[in-house]
Amino acid sequence: MAKHETPLLDQLESGPWPSFVSDLKQEAERRAKNEAGVEYQIPVDVCEDILGILELSFKHGRTHWKHGGIVGVFGYGGGVIGRYCDQPEEYPGVAHFHTIRVNQPAGKFYKTDYLRSLMKIWDMRGSGVTNMHGSTGDIILLGTTTPQLEEIFYEITHNMDQDLGGSGSNLRTPSDCIGQARCEYACYDTQALCYDLTQEYQDELHRPAFPYKFKFKFDGCPNGCVASIARADMSFIGNWKDDIKIDQEAVQAYIGGEFSPNAGSHAGRDWGPFDIQTEVIDLCPTECMWMEGKDLKINNKECNRCMHCINVMPRALRIGDDRGLSILVGAKAPILDGAQMSSLLVPFVKCEEPYDEIKEVIENIWDWWMEEGKNRERLGELIKRQGFQKLLAATNIKAAPQHVQEPRSNPYIFWNEDEVEGGWNRDVNEFRKYHQR
Amino acid sequence: MAFVSSGYDPNEPMKDRISDIGPRKYDEFYPPVIAKNKGKWLYHEILEPGVLVHVAESGDEVYTVRVGGARLMSVSMVEEICQIADKHCDGHVRWTTRNNIEFMVDSKDKVEPLKQDLSSRKFDGGSFKFPIGGTGNSITNIVHTQGWLHCHTPATDASGPVKATMDVLFDDFQTMRMPAKLRVSLACCLNMCGAVHCSDIAILGYHRKPPMIDHEYLDKMCEIPLAIAACPTAAIKPAKHELPSGEKVNTVAIKNSRCMFCGNCYTMCPSLPLADDVGDGIVIMAGGKVSNRITAPKFSKVVVAFLPNNAPRWPETTEVIKKMVETYAKNARKYERLGEWAERIGWERFFDVCELEFTHHLIDDFRDPAYYTWRQTTQFKF
Repeated sequence: MAKHETPLLDQLESGPWPSFVSDLKQEAERRAKNEAGVEYQIPVDVCEDILGILELSFKHGRTHWKHGGIVGVFGYGGGVIGRYCDQPEEYPGVAHFHTIRVNQPAGKFYKTDYLRSLMKIWDMRGSGVTNMHGSTGDIILLGTTTPQLEEIFYEITHNMDQDLGGSGSNLRTPSDCIGQARCEYACYDTQALCYDLTQEYQDELHRPAFPYKFKFKFDGCPNGCVASIARADMSFIGNWKDDIKIDQEAVQAYIGGEFSPNAGSHAGRDWGPFDIQTEVIDLCPTECMWMEGKDLKINNKECNRCMHCINVMPRALRIGDDRGLSILVGAKAPILDGAQMSSLLVPFVKCEEPYDEIKEVIENIWDWWMEEGKNRERLGELIKRQGFQKLLAATNIKAAPQHVQEPRSNPYIFWNEDEVEGGWNRDVNEFRKYHQR
Repeated sequence: MAFVSSGYDPNEPMKDRISDIGPRKYDEFYPPVIAKNKGKWLYHEILEPGVLVHVAESGDEVYTVRVGGARLMSVSMVEEICQIADKHCDGHVRWTTRNNIEFMVDSKDKVEPLKQDLSSRKFDGGSFKFPIGGTGNSITNIVHTQGWLHCHTPATDASGPVKATMDVLFDDFQTMRMPAKLRVSLACCLNMCGAVHCSDIAILGYHRKPPMIDHEYLDKMCEIPLAIAACPTAAIKPAKHELPSGEKVNTVAIKNSRCMFCGNCYTMCPSLPLADDVGDGIVIMAGGKVSNRITAPKFSKVVVAFLPNNAPRWPETTEVIKKMVETYAKNARKYERLGEWAERIGWERFFDVCELEFTHHLIDDFRDPAYYTWRQTTQFKF
């Protein structure tokens, strides 16, 4: 017999999609039975109370969680988010229900012994409920009491060589796409760069010294599978400079219907036979492709590397060999001044250890933002407030037409004094010799 | 139960302390076929919905079976995933950015037993534990936020509407009939932990009532200047208030007509709650994308200003989404994303064919960028 009646949540058990309600109920039952004899360190019926308080929210149409308190582990200013429910008498199991962020391994690859070690700690010392994963990328351990925080931190650092992730005005846990591990489109090793920068900037990740949150995300190519351009203060997007490599035989195999276009993505419907003219050449945004007899031709100088042709014919077309990444900066969600996407800052940089050129850009940006950024001002908002020119000056990057969609349509140029011959100090009396008052 | 120490000594917190070690290194966890062929993949193919093969220069192949999952997951579910990974994948498994789980095997004959195992597992309530799909032009898993399950600022739930929506879209998770990728995302408030602002379809929680002011506690709980500074429209100013006891307290006053319900003041000051059963609900946005393919990344646009929080299954929300999905599937060209299709036919036509009502709420009036969304041309459709 369940501790709380949950008639509304029960309706989310049916239907084909995996039901989190069923999972929570199953977990509540398992904890109650405790066949493994776990010495639970927080209330055994915590999952019952999660279901109970969520049911109450479904009934009331409002959340029942209070603002977080200041909780954490000694020496860190992030990685733990305080959480308390506003009905502790009725749901004591979730009265204190803090979140722990655990920095996921790059690429989110796991071995089962690692997962089991972490889950064993979390079963005993927490709610047994996780997010795999949070939006930023961390493994989220959802709900424990204050006395367990140091215990969990001690166990994961000592027994698992594993650290917490970021929260608050810190560098947030960086995350990446699968990259070269299993993708032929990746222009650089996203996991290597993600890991290197995560390790390099551990201090920034754990100790809040920034005006607000700061996110790194690593996309291996312009397809952007981790959405870095939409949600990272610094988006590292794989790119290349030389020619797309063409296998003309494979092109013919696509034309002949031997290979299915877009790696079989459209297989759920009969779209008719593949037509390279309408499906590839006519859709090329720069119109830089054509057929010459049986050969597909690309004017690579005019290509903007949108990935469409490569996505449609992955067996025939491959990214070039002169590979690196583009750095775009300033994306954020709507709070406060409206959503922003990242804007291009570094058109191309090689991505080679020890990544000094990339780190120089990062550190120049941080120096500027920490000096000029207001409390809770994201990088994108600072760029908007002070202008893109200030960003270029802070990073010692020369303006280039690639930086804009189009040049400005107003002439209100903030000329610098040193750009104008003779400077701005003039003698008005000399002027008046020729121009009466 | 008795307290069990991990070894941590609260009297000497720095003793044996380990910090700043970061995550475990990614390559410890690579399956051997991944470690061997990293950076040397030639091409991939989707063999059927949810099943991929990647072929390396060496001739090696890795087969991936992708399954959907709730991102909210108990330790027992993770244990079950481990058992499957041990049985079929030599103890390797990975997650995708969109909360899918990927099981990888190094030969084709291992795919069928893995698929059968995954498909056979169901919860007692009847739902699949590991539905196979989410590849190519299917509608893959929804990325989302915490909602009522764990967050203090949401204007809607997350796991509930996601479950309800994926139930409605389930067939399209397991087939690939869409013209292009179609990404659905949910954020339970404007903070958008889920960054839904560039999704083909976004479900966004939104408040519609200005904050209540808890005068008696506000000055004790909050830094008044921070609450004032938090407001992007300068609707909050300092004020005095006389409590029924006669005591005068420092507090704030809010010009309600300037409030755009972002909740940023509540983030800074717990004495300014916004949540309301009738006021809160869902905004539907559409037409965004993050890929650079063919056209540049786009923001999603607001296409429905408000739908109620009708728990547990949010039928008004799922109905609008289903209608948009079906209309897009029927009308868009091959390779055309939802936003590209809407721009080609014109947004006026989009509202027409999707049978969505256009109201004044959908015309931007927030700061300078608003002007650039109005129509400065006679080119429009009736």
